[in-house]
Amino acid sequence: MNALVLVGVGLLGGLGAVARFLVDGAVARRVGRDFPYGTLVVNLLGSVILGLLVGAALSEDAYRVAGTGLIGAFTTFSTWVLESHRLGEDGQLRLGFFNFAVSLVLGVTAAWAGRRLGASL
Amino acid sequence: MLGDRRELAAIFAGGFAGAVARLALAELLPADAGQWPWSTFVANIAGAFALAYFTTRLQERLPLSTYRRPLLGTGFCGALTTFSTMQVELLRMLDGGHVPLALGYAAGSVGVGFLAVSVATNVLRRGRVTA
Repeated sequence: MNALVLVGVGLLGGLGAVARFLVDGAVARRVGRDFPYGTLVVNLLGSVILGLLVGAALSEDAYRVAGTGLIGAFTTFSTWVLESHRLGEDGQLRLGFFNFAVSLVLGVTAAWAGRRLGASL
Repeated sequence: MLGDRRELAAIFAGGFAGAVARLALAELLPADAGQWPWSTFVANIAGAFALAYFTTRLQERLPLSTYRRPLLGTGFCGALTTFSTMQVELLRMLDGGHVPLALGYAAGSVGVGFLAVSVATNVLRRGRVTA
């Protein structure tokens, strides 16, 4: 791994974070913020794409830049957990746990489907 | 629009730093499918704690700071932590038949992450009451 890869990870990581902000906002404008749909959409979309990159068997450096950089920064664990915690604080602890469960089941399924698709390309 | 562009620039800068920090962790602590993925786990828990800290502090205690939340929260913590890598790690554990490890990793990440958010939030709020 060289300095170029490191800069690439940073640049695509920055883009991934901006894309997450924009997609989250676009989803929330459509369906509201009663449930964190924006983060769910971002995380599932990112899981399909990361699965695809794994299936496509990229080189190590390409995976670092596109996978760890772009998709790693696009998807988020911290916001997902914070939003579930805040649902709990608002008296909707069940909905918070539902957010954990549904994200994990669909997330692994999305990664699996993406990987199959990537392997067939 | 200028404000929007500055907000996006702050998210980009935070995202740059967060992604580089996670890459560094991933290179330092590589893990096989049969092992606990410490680099992702540490990045996710530390990022969740920091996001809860920044969000609570900036929303409830320092409402005037405009670019700190996009820089530190949405940008840095969002990019340092990852959901997609965790799903691929879980998938690989299941591939290898490491079902208890996968269940432990999923429950441990969510459980410790939730606890970290609780602690960061409540420590700050308690501080406000006594201040």
